[in-house]
Amino acid sequence: MYTTEMGKPDPAKVASIGGEDPALLEAFEARVAADEFIEPKDWMPDAYRRTLVRQISQHAHSEIVGMLPEGNWLTRAPSLRRKAVLLAKVQDEGGHGLYLYCAAETLGTSREQMIEALHSGKAKYSTIFNYPTLTWADIGAIGWLVDGAAIMNQVPLQRTSYGPYARAMVKVCKEESFHQRQGYEIMIAMANGTPEQKAMAQDALNRWWWPSLMMFGPSDENSPNTAQSMRWRIKRDTNDELRQKFVDITVPQAEFLGLTVPDPDLVWNEAKGGYDFGEVDWEEFYAVVRGEGPVAKERMEARRKAWDDGAWVREAALAHEAKRTARAAA
Amino acid sequence: MNRDWPLWEVFVRSRGGLSHKHVGSVHAPDSELAVRHARDTYTRRMEGVSLWVVKSADIVASDPDQAGPMFAPAEDKVYRHPTFYEIPPEVKHI
Ligand SMILES: [Fe+2]
Ligand SMILES: [Fe+2]
Repeated sequence: MYTTEMGKPDPAKVASIGGEDPALLEAFEARVAADEFIEPKDWMPDAYRRTLVRQISQHAHSEIVGMLPEGNWLTRAPSLRRKAVLLAKVQDEGGHGLYLYCAAETLGTSREQMIEALHSGKAKYSTIFNYPTLTWADIGAIGWLVDGAAIMNQVPLQRTSYGPYARAMVKVCKEESFHQRQGYEIMIAMANGTPEQKAMAQDALNRWWWPSLMMFGPSDENSPNTAQSMRWRIKRDTNDELRQKFVDITVPQAEFLGLTVPDPDLVWNEAKGGYDFGEVDWEEFYAVVRGEGPVAKERMEARRKAWDDGAWVREAALAHEAKRTARAAA
Repeated sequence: MNRDWPLWEVFVRSRGGLSHKHVGSVHAPDSELAVRHARDTYTRRMEGVSLWVVKSADIVASDPDQAGPMFAPAEDKVYRHPTFYEIPPEVKHI
């Protein structure tokens, strides 16, 4: 999802905590185990810092790139109300990206470094945003499913061990609920509209269901860093636990809409008190992680263009300030 | 070289009568734009009635590694708290 480990696991990095001062490491582990928050200037193992920088910046990039698929529909929203709502949602996502970049910067990276990493293709962001938004129903499906999956992942992160990240998550979570509800409201309108509109809603669900399940990241047996991240309270639930929770609460919402979840293996399992469901297409998941998503290239081109086109504004603002300071000093 | 705009810490007074509280930070080339960015980033839902921005580089902080010695002197001075003093129960309003 927004924050899962999406790169290939690097055993060297996990092992590198061996090089830390054992007394400091022990004191750190004890604080984290006691659910204390770690703050920017506190001592922390290098691997903890690096994992956080990667996870938080990846999360920030996802918020920023996530503005593109929805921004695509701003001018074509079907009413002024829908347009105002979508504009507010997209603006929120930009805000989420900014909260998160700031949190990552407290760990010693810079905004410029992070943006450079994104634009050069070094940094990852959520796979979900490399799928296209083809119809208005996709905007409903994104709010309902994509923001729904994001909430599922972000709520436990409000108690993540790194203070600035946890505080950013508290703000983000307060704002996400509206995102999901506006999306579901669009789905209700479509599902109860003309047969063509209902078919559009079903088509959107068909296309977004599996990519939404992929947002929780690889299955637990393929997430070797999960144990360490959970021990450090960077992560609070495993990918599969969150995916299961998401399916369990979302299937009844699809039923209410009178839509069919595109999974022939989906069946209620009384014994476990949850749904059994089909296997995610991991081939597709890893292909999208590698940057082979349907619109991955367009997304990065749009980001780079926005950054390059804005360069003169960033420079002019600095030059203006320098001139003003010089004039005040004279 | 870091070409980012300078970083500013943002403080919001959520309503009259309350203190400004730290909410996060923004990058901005100058103080005026810092206030505007802070408004867009941290007060999209009437979270505040007043904003402060301070250049992050201007904040002086205590050293977390010295938190023990720094704050310890208060710990053994329980007589600074009202519960330290024994007053007979029949004495009221004290
Ligand atoms: Fe968001
Ligand atoms: Fe959202």
